[in-house]
Amino acid sequence: MQSDAKKSQSASTHKTRFWHDPAKRALLFQGLLILGVFSVVGLIVQNTLQNLESRGITTGFDFLSQRAGFGIVQSLVEYTESSSYGQTFLVGLMNTILVSAMGIIAATIIGFIMGVARLSNNWLISKIASAYVEIFRNIPLLLQIFFWYFAVLRGLPSPRQSFEPLDNMYLNVRGLFMPEPIYGVGFGWVVLTFMAAVAGVFVLARWSKKRQDKTGQSFPVFWTSIALVIGLPLIVYWLMGSPLTWENPELRGFNFKGGMTIIPELAALWVALSIYTAAFIAEIVRSGIEAISKGQTEAAEALGLSSTKVLRLVVIPQSVRIIIPPLTSQYLNLIKNSSLATAIGYPDLVSVFAGTTLNQTGQAIEVIFMTMLVYLTLSLLVSSFMNWFNNRMALVER
Amino acid sequence: MTGETLVSDSSKVTDKMLPDLPPPANSTGVIGWMRANLFSNITNTIMTLLAIYILYILVVPSVNWALLTADWIGDSRDACTSGGACWVFIYNRFDQFMYGFYPEAERWRIDLTFFLLVIQVAWLVIPKLPRKGLVSAFVLFVYPIIAYYLLYGGSFGLNLVETHKWGGLSLTLILAIVGIVAALPFGVLLALGRRSEMPIVKSFCVVYIEFWRGIPLITVLFMASVMLPLFVPEEVDFDKLLRAMIGIVLFQSAYMAEVVRGGLQAIPKGQYEAAQALGLNYWKMMGLVVLPQALKMMIPGIVNTFIALFKDTSLVLIIGLFDLLAIVQAGLSDPDWLGYSVEGYAFVALMFWMFCFSMSKYSQHLEKHFHTGHGSR
Repeated sequence: MQSDAKKSQSASTHKTRFWHDPAKRALLFQGLLILGVFSVVGLIVQNTLQNLESRGITTGFDFLSQRAGFGIVQSLVEYTESSSYGQTFLVGLMNTILVSAMGIIAATIIGFIMGVARLSNNWLISKIASAYVEIFRNIPLLLQIFFWYFAVLRGLPSPRQSFEPLDNMYLNVRGLFMPEPIYGVGFGWVVLTFMAAVAGVFVLARWSKKRQDKTGQSFPVFWTSIALVIGLPLIVYWLMGSPLTWENPELRGFNFKGGMTIIPELAALWVALSIYTAAFIAEIVRSGIEAISKGQTEAAEALGLSSTKVLRLVVIPQSVRIIIPPLTSQYLNLIKNSSLATAIGYPDLVSVFAGTTLNQTGQAIEVIFMTMLVYLTLSLLVSSFMNWFNNRMALVER
Repeated sequence: MTGETLVSDSSKVTDKMLPDLPPPANSTGVIGWMRANLFSNITNTIMTLLAIYILYILVVPSVNWALLTADWIGDSRDACTSGGACWVFIYNRFDQFMYGFYPEAERWRIDLTFFLLVIQVAWLVIPKLPRKGLVSAFVLFVYPIIAYYLLYGGSFGLNLVETHKWGGLSLTLILAIVGIVAALPFGVLLALGRRSEMPIVKSFCVVYIEFWRGIPLITVLFMASVMLPLFVPEEVDFDKLLRAMIGIVLFQSAYMAEVVRGGLQAIPKGQYEAAQALGLNYWKMMGLVVLPQALKMMIPGIVNTFIALFKDTSLVLIIGLFDLLAIVQAGLSDPDWLGYSVEGYAFVALMFWMFCFSMSKYSQHLEKHFHTGHGSR
């Protein structure tokens, strides 16, 4: 565009003014933009400093090492009331990552099931799946979180009248209480065997693909892998003399003590996030599968593949390429949406750090800045991972 | 064998085509449809029966609770006697859920504002009506001023209604509509900037868009309510609603920019080149040739972002504004009406669902309507 304009300019005989020259005009515009941005930012900084001074708010990141002095219901790292604000940041971050990871896994599973179910030959199943999608994606997530938390989980019985769905597992208004595994001596070997088995599965998959490429013979990788991953650790576990005991939750006073707990806030947030995001993922999966031309399915059927094999070997590998980019943005949405935790008091980053810590220290700028930085970094990490995955799956064009 | 019989019995010889036999009874009608779609093989049959069972245990109690054994009209919770849903709660507070704490005598102003809006939107949506350009210009530039004076008042003989009295569904709608309408021009500028050839303008727009798209709306609202007052001189006092609106518009303009960019990318290069060949400058090319075509294609995308924003406005309850969800939530903690949270949430869900579902159907209809190009669909 610029080069065209330059040509026409050199062709014209009379001298043009500088604002008719696109190159110079571009420079002028950009100069003005920089000037504008800098003056706005400068004005904001100046106002902020003035306001902070007149309100007596300190600046800087010193507050991170001060004593926080408030408790947090759930923490993956060690945390007590005497821990520092820096530690509240860490606890919040871990809790955000925990619920996001749980949500991503559950939403992907439900979403894929519902997406495939929408294309089912069975009229009833496909209608149920589309009703699911249309209902849950058109209702605000916050409302769904409230529903699960205030209407469903608050309706559970008190600890004394807990449901006991399985032995030593208690469900009540305070959460889900489960036995906690206590690892004895030698359990490390079981873990090691498990990791070795997983590595073995990768090697096996490579080898079987090579062999199939060479000789055309297939190898039952799936069942062998399952046997390896589950069987080997079990054998080692038995050899080491079962080095695992369980600590059961017990009712003491008004609540359960011991064992593992899933707090109701986590459960409500997890269920709501998974169900809401799964509705979007189902749509993505459906359109990804529908985008594969019918010829592919027909060709696969003509080769005599069964309908599950058609889906597994022909359709899904191709549709994954279409599905990944929008799926990535759904994952990012889920991570961002996990910040709604603050509405029901699940101790995530926004609730603990941008909520309580901000209120106690008053250092809004530093706290909000750090919170935003975390979400930007998480977004960047997830999208670069999915880009890497997408590039690996991309069609190699010849 | 048949040939023999035909020859021997000449009375049965015919030169007319015999009429087609009807298809087997089990492949037509309701039974045939059910055989094909519900019971085509064993797995399908099991799935169907399972689905029917699940529907039975889900739907029957829900319908019973919500409709058959529900109480609808009354003054207090004593009217709820039949054991089903207690819609009396909604019935009693319906006005509050719609208008918030807006003074009762002034509520006609909200009605009028939305009535005007509905007329204009209907004009734009119904394909046959003329002068769409003029009406949309009116909606975008004149109507907001009218709406501001109608809702806020303070002049033209209307009483001033402070924004902390606004609430309910009307506040939800106001936030969403202001968010989308104000974000549109910024979005267009940002999208143009992102496709610009000027490196500084381009990088500025990319950073802006990616920044806002990378952070959750809650942090934006927190920022708007906590940090915005620090950014301006002390004398300037923002009201809470305005702060939330600024946050939403900053946030939404980044999403809008991506929608606009999608529309711009769909315009073939020939259009740009043709416009340049006619000697149009950049703004004329964009304003007269590219954007009018791109905007048409963007409408489904804009409707979709509007749906997302409409649902997201429920987050303003976290910074203390009383939108539809917040006001129902507040009503639930009223000691006179404790224990009706399911009814309250069901009502809010139904309201949001009706708006979002109808808009998404409309946007799908538009997508099909605009899909005039290539492709097999």
